[in-house]
Amino acid sequence: MIQLGAVFFGLGLLGRVAWKIGISPIPLYLVGGLAFGVGGFVPLHGIQEFTSIASEIGVVLLLLLLGLEYSASELTTGLKRSWMAGVLDLVLNSAPGAIAALLLGWGPVAALAMAGVTYISSSGIVAKVLGDLGRLGNRETPVVLSVLVFEDLAMAVYLPVLTAVLSGVSFLGGLTSVGISLLAITVVLVVALKYGRFISAIVDSPDHEVFLLKLLGSALLVAGVASQLQVSAAVGAFLLGIAISGSTAENATRLLEPLRDLFAAMFFVVFGLNTDPRSIPPVLGIAVALAAITTLTKIVTGWWAARRQGIGKMGRMRAGVALVARGEFSIVIAGLAVASGQVDGQLAALATAYVLLMAILGPIAAKYVEPIGEFFQRRRQMA
Amino acid sequence: MICVNVEITPLPGIGTRQDFMIRAGRRVGVITYRDGRFELILSKASDPDSCAASIPLSPEEANTLAGLLGAPQLVAHLREEHRDIAGITTRQLPVTAFANHTLGETALRTRTGVSIVAVVRSGNAHPSPGPDFIFENGDLAVVVGTADGLDAAAEILHGG
Repeated sequence: MIQLGAVFFGLGLLGRVAWKIGISPIPLYLVGGLAFGVGGFVPLHGIQEFTSIASEIGVVLLLLLLGLEYSASELTTGLKRSWMAGVLDLVLNSAPGAIAALLLGWGPVAALAMAGVTYISSSGIVAKVLGDLGRLGNRETPVVLSVLVFEDLAMAVYLPVLTAVLSGVSFLGGLTSVGISLLAITVVLVVALKYGRFISAIVDSPDHEVFLLKLLGSALLVAGVASQLQVSAAVGAFLLGIAISGSTAENATRLLEPLRDLFAAMFFVVFGLNTDPRSIPPVLGIAVALAAITTLTKIVTGWWAARRQGIGKMGRMRAGVALVARGEFSIVIAGLAVASGQVDGQLAALATAYVLLMAILGPIAAKYVEPIGEFFQRRRQMA
Repeated sequence: MICVNVEITPLPGIGTRQDFMIRAGRRVGVITYRDGRFELILSKASDPDSCAASIPLSPEEANTLAGLLGAPQLVAHLREEHRDIAGITTRQLPVTAFANHTLGETALRTRTGVSIVAVVRSGNAHPSPGPDFIFENGDLAVVVGTADGLDAAAEILHGG
């Protein structure tokens, strides 16, 4: 109990420090986990059972809230409007991860996982940064958000595929499991669009306590059933999130946010705990190279998408840089891959180092892109 | 009346942005968050893509601001419409005597011959209120009628 209390209290302090200096707390949680875990300074014992369950719940809640974030109609209109930018984003940003994994000789399964790690921007960090910097009213912001919406949908397809491949099932078995999940996604989207209010009505309740219990219960149930069907638990929670809509979704988000932050913090710590800090230095160079390349590829994505909407040069730059941050979902993907035991153990170290860099770099770059851009514009005018 | 083109842009996961270009070449608008908060935005003069200010407003503050900007317009608009009819004017009268009472209870039309065409409450106009419309403290009634009728109505609504 004392250890657990100390862990939570420490996380609270870290989170506070992080937002104060203007970065996401995710890298600090990871570092916290690294410091205490296997091969760290102070190995923790005896709380593994709780922390491992807490981190599983953390993943379910992370994905449930990702699903809740966008309504089904936002997803479909977003897909129609931004699919070209989305495809460019997908190709440019998943390639570096996949190529790196192949060059390291980790095999195609790890390449698929690393593709996901470098592809997905952290919608949490991006939304928070845009809000903090007062950029929600900017013209390029809808462009950034629609790219995030596309990534969200891509995750719905990607996660089941990854889970199927990771579970090492035969080609045919993999196809059926992917088929099941694709079918499930289609059904959920159609149901959410047409009958979303019924699903919402099932979990909705004017009483906060009842509502919270029903939500959490249904999320864990759906997640559990999904993992029984060989579709990852995370996907189940994500689809439930999409199916819940309207005011129910808003209330659910408000209620679940603190819980998600709590359990997600545990998830990051546990991921850090299970990663041996001594395995990071050997992959640090690769992580830095990947960070540099994928920062550029995200900027290109944002630049191109914003230009198509007729936005000026500064706005294009802002859109690109806003997308740079990677975070929670990269770790979720790496976590799934490592837990399956199908990939090289170094993948966890690489993903950790990469997310550490990107989660810190993203918000800082977003903050300073404007002054730097203005400086260069002024110099050009003087010359 | 000159129309202003308001651009409505959905912000997935956040809310909606509604803005328009003013003649000075800057964008002015409002972000409505899903949870009902508002933000008043104003674009930079140098870069119309980005914002010089985004000012968070509570629903009450937003209502008040809307009232400051909108209520005189409403009266001016009505006055314009009734200008052609001789002897008819529009006035904005504070309702102090009928808080928590219905519009029907004022019996304004039978007593003075004027009609209440709208009620402005904390910046929002409630057009054509019915007889069961319940007044609140601070309501402004937009009343149309003859000058004499309006004087009598002002007295009644003010607590005559």
